[in-house]
Amino acid sequence: MTTAPVTAPAPERETVLLRPFRLIGRTVIGGFREIGRISAFSARVLVACVTPVIYVRELLRQCLKIGYYSLPVVGLTAVFIGAALALNIYQGGSRFNAEQFVPNIVVLGITRELGPVLAGLMLAGRVSAGIAAEIGAMRVTEQIDALLTLSGRPERFLYAPRVIAGVVMLPLLVLVADIIGVMGGWLVAVGALDFNGSLYLRNSWSFVTSGDIQSGLIKAAVFGGIITLMGCYQGDRSKGGAGGVGRAATLAVVGAAVLILASNYVLTSIFVRIGL
Amino acid sequence: MIAQNAPIIELRNVHKAFGPKQVLRGVDLAVAPGQSLVIIGGSGTGKSVTIKCALGLMTPEQGEILFDGEPATSPKAINAVRRRTGMLFQGGALFDSMAVWENVAFVLLYRDHVSRAEAKQRAIETLAKVRLPASAADLRPAELSGGMQKRVALARAIIASPELIFFDEPTTGLDPITADAVNNLIVEQVKALGAAAITITHDMASARKIADEVAMLHEGRIIWRGPVSALDNSGNAHVDQFVNGRAEGPIQPAI
Repeated sequence: MTTAPVTAPAPERETVLLRPFRLIGRTVIGGFREIGRISAFSARVLVACVTPVIYVRELLRQCLKIGYYSLPVVGLTAVFIGAALALNIYQGGSRFNAEQFVPNIVVLGITRELGPVLAGLMLAGRVSAGIAAEIGAMRVTEQIDALLTLSGRPERFLYAPRVIAGVVMLPLLVLVADIIGVMGGWLVAVGALDFNGSLYLRNSWSFVTSGDIQSGLIKAAVFGGIITLMGCYQGDRSKGGAGGVGRAATLAVVGAAVLILASNYVLTSIFVRIGL
Repeated sequence: MIAQNAPIIELRNVHKAFGPKQVLRGVDLAVAPGQSLVIIGGSGTGKSVTIKCALGLMTPEQGEILFDGEPATSPKAINAVRRRTGMLFQGGALFDSMAVWENVAFVLLYRDHVSRAEAKQRAIETLAKVRLPASAADLRPAELSGGMQKRVALARAIIASPELIFFDEPTTGLDPITADAVNNLIVEQVKALGAAAITITHDMASARKIADEVAMLHEGRIIWRGPVSALDNSGNAHVDQFVNGRAEGPIQPAI
């Protein structure tokens, strides 16, 4: 410390040379700090999720909001994806006379991959942003502080019900998406591609395994947790009025979407390894 | 000071900074049971930060907070403080997803696990104390005027009979008549509970009405404290400027 002025290079030169390193360092440390904060927050909320004091009324309200009101969005996504998938597979399959595999590949693609991932991404937009904005508004209008002064714990009262609702409702939504997605494929196959309707359904049903559906539902539960946790986390951290709430909603959607896609790969590779 | 006047809450040398910005630079404050202290001071001088530190909503970097003689630092101690205090937030901070009565009866419902019927009954009784009709109980906070929201927030703060109540700018955003009505209710209810009160405000009419004593916060420290009767001849240039609302004086206007 005391010898530093003697050996240090001219300060001006030092700042210019070190600037990029400083920037990289700050970004990396900031990134790790954020990961740490998200982990600590998630741990707190997940502990609250398994603590017996569960606010049933709030939980049911969240199930309705996250699950039931997301049905149109998820249903529409599924029907169009199923339809487009059927067209693509028909066209691609025709290159090596494999058009008859349309029902098999549609049902596989929907249940294992597209159902959970697209429902997850749609809910990242709908639910994550909604939660972040709601919690963020509560933060900036001091409702979270008020909750604390009234001996309420935000993680128990606000976050746990949302996360539990997400983990429970997203698999149910994906189950619906699976059925509607297959129906989307069926509509196109029967309406435009001259498939026999009952044969198509029989093919789909006999091809799909319970493992296909289970793997999709496990993914959905994980995505449901990610979506709600990111919404709660960003809302909880938001500050600075309307702009801060908007930023929280954006960060929640982006964070949830990226985490969904990354964890989708990790989960898929685990399922492949264990043969699910 | 004799033992029976031992302060209900005491802040000793409290420092709080946000990044490079030092907000509190050693606040010393003590309030005796049943006493009503009003903290005055300009915008951004740390009035809200002071009471947020006292309630454990913010953690000071330095200094001590004693509640009823016990240091309030551990989460458990802070919880105990919150059980015995009430807080009226500046914007009301009512939960907008809940009905008015659920807001008022929040601690009964979710902390004391009172039945919903009984909680609603007590909420309606408390609403009556702040002159709100029972018909308001089932409304949502967004359906109420600003003055009514303040009264609901007051009802929520007093329902569990706290020993100490914090008021954060209770009259901000209200017209003078409504503000006076809210001031009257605050005085009446604090007296009825026999509670101590710490109010922060820059509304001098409100300060004169509510206070037994007034303290002035300036640049992160309490620079003057005295009985409300001494407000007009405090002998302190800062207090004089503030009380009379002059732009000229030792305090620079925050514009």
